[in-house]
Amino acid sequence: MEWAAWRPGADLATLRLRAELLARIRTFFAARKVLEVETPILSAAAITDPHLASFSTVYSGPGGCRDRPLYLQTSPEFPMKRLLAAGSGCIYQIARVFRDGEAGRRHNPEFTLLEWYRVGFDHHRLMDEVAALVTELLAGRLALAEPERLSYRELFQRHCDLDPHRAGVVELMRCAEARNLPIPPGMPIDETDPWLDLLLTHWIEPRLAQGRLVFVYDYPASQAALARLRPGDPPVGERFEAYLNGVELANGFHELGDAEEQRHRFEAENAARQALGLPVMPLDERLLAALAAGLPDCAGVALGFDRLAMLAAGCSSLAEVLAFPLDYA
Amino acid sequence: MASYSTNEFKSGLKIMLDGDPYTVVENEFVKPGKGQAFNRVKVRNLKTGRVIERTFKSGDTVEGADVTDVELQYLYNDGEYWHFMDQQSFEQLTADAAAVGDAAKWLKEEAICQVTLWNGVPLSVAAPNFVIMTIVETDPGLRGDTSGGGGKPATLETGAVVRVPLFVQSGEVIKVDTRTGEYVSRVKE
Repeated sequence: MEWAAWRPGADLATLRLRAELLARIRTFFAARKVLEVETPILSAAAITDPHLASFSTVYSGPGGCRDRPLYLQTSPEFPMKRLLAAGSGCIYQIARVFRDGEAGRRHNPEFTLLEWYRVGFDHHRLMDEVAALVTELLAGRLALAEPERLSYRELFQRHCDLDPHRAGVVELMRCAEARNLPIPPGMPIDETDPWLDLLLTHWIEPRLAQGRLVFVYDYPASQAALARLRPGDPPVGERFEAYLNGVELANGFHELGDAEEQRHRFEAENAARQALGLPVMPLDERLLAALAAGLPDCAGVALGFDRLAMLAAGCSSLAEVLAFPLDYA
Repeated sequence: MASYSTNEFKSGLKIMLDGDPYTVVENEFVKPGKGQAFNRVKVRNLKTGRVIERTFKSGDTVEGADVTDVELQYLYNDGEYWHFMDQQSFEQLTADAAAVGDAAKWLKEEAICQVTLWNGVPLSVAAPNFVIMTIVETDPGLRGDTSGGGGKPATLETGAVVRVPLFVQSGEVIKVDTRTGEYVSRVKE
């Protein structure tokens, strides 16, 4: 082992900045009467999203079940929704979350999520609050212009000159080719989402406005994740993403409260996992029971705390703001 | 040859793309908030040296390239091929002009070179960083000039031409940095 391998990745000033940001987050929510909560990192159930990979472990003490793995949370969403259904009112959590297979300049397999839920909010009202929080946290470090807000459709019309809700694979492929994007081998010919993701990550994200928050909202129904659908032509998922200086910072939903619809989405994702040769995950029956009991109308958002700290510190990689990134862990 | 998942991509990994061997120069993991993750990579073609960009869906696998670097001793050139020898096994290998490339003008018999093999065949040859060679031809310099300023062309025993200071004469032995093609110093025999 190298002689310096025990030393931290981030410097002390950055660690102080992290502590200051955490304290200011707590002040922000205390002033708004949002309750701080803590929920388990380990769960018997796991996320079914085929694009998220959960770590798992086994508990072997009294009351344990060696045959059944426990999954490390990829976000605290499910237990927080159970608290909401139990009448907690507005809540927030600063949670350590874990995602296998994600490491890079802006990814570390474990990271800190700030997740909060506002009863009675829709996704637009929650975007206002995300803007208020981020502007306050970055005050004195990064002066932000008025946030920009545009729908997923407007985003693609502006940057790719196409309607993402109607374009087929051929149109999306031509768009990528016309922009000289490298087309990955094995892209599907019957599914548009990976093509939209390719255009978004390779072409649009580097071209988003700098110096201001950019909110993208109303996603294709197939990308609604845990957001409710708003009927229309076409129906859209009431989901949003927040970007700052090209960095994806937060993902929010006007939360789906329909237990049957939620079960249907979990099962569809597990079917997609099976088709991809990925493990099928145990559904969170306790979440489904809580939804059936009644989730209050609410909106929730998860914000990558480390990425926010990275922007506040003026750094370009997460490794610079983590005490011990993966290579040092 | 083994396959590599994009999760194993790192700088220096040798992979096959479109039938050519490449080395990974840079690898970036990108992912939208939800959805498909990608690896954006920069790769260098080991035959042509050209760097290109490619994108893979994260988790996909790519065939590895059987590329290794070995130290071989240069023996001789038969007019078409350059012959090298592995000093341990005494196995002899031949490299063509495409593989030897610019290194040709720095190859002196018995020099130890780093040779990159692809499927056991020389793909590229790197001359030693420094070579010691005799000047076979250069204009006589001005007597008394020791400044080295300006310089003049000198042809070496392998045919390579380098700029040397004016005081350096035909028949002298010099040290040259092959990476820049520049004269370093005179060498006393």
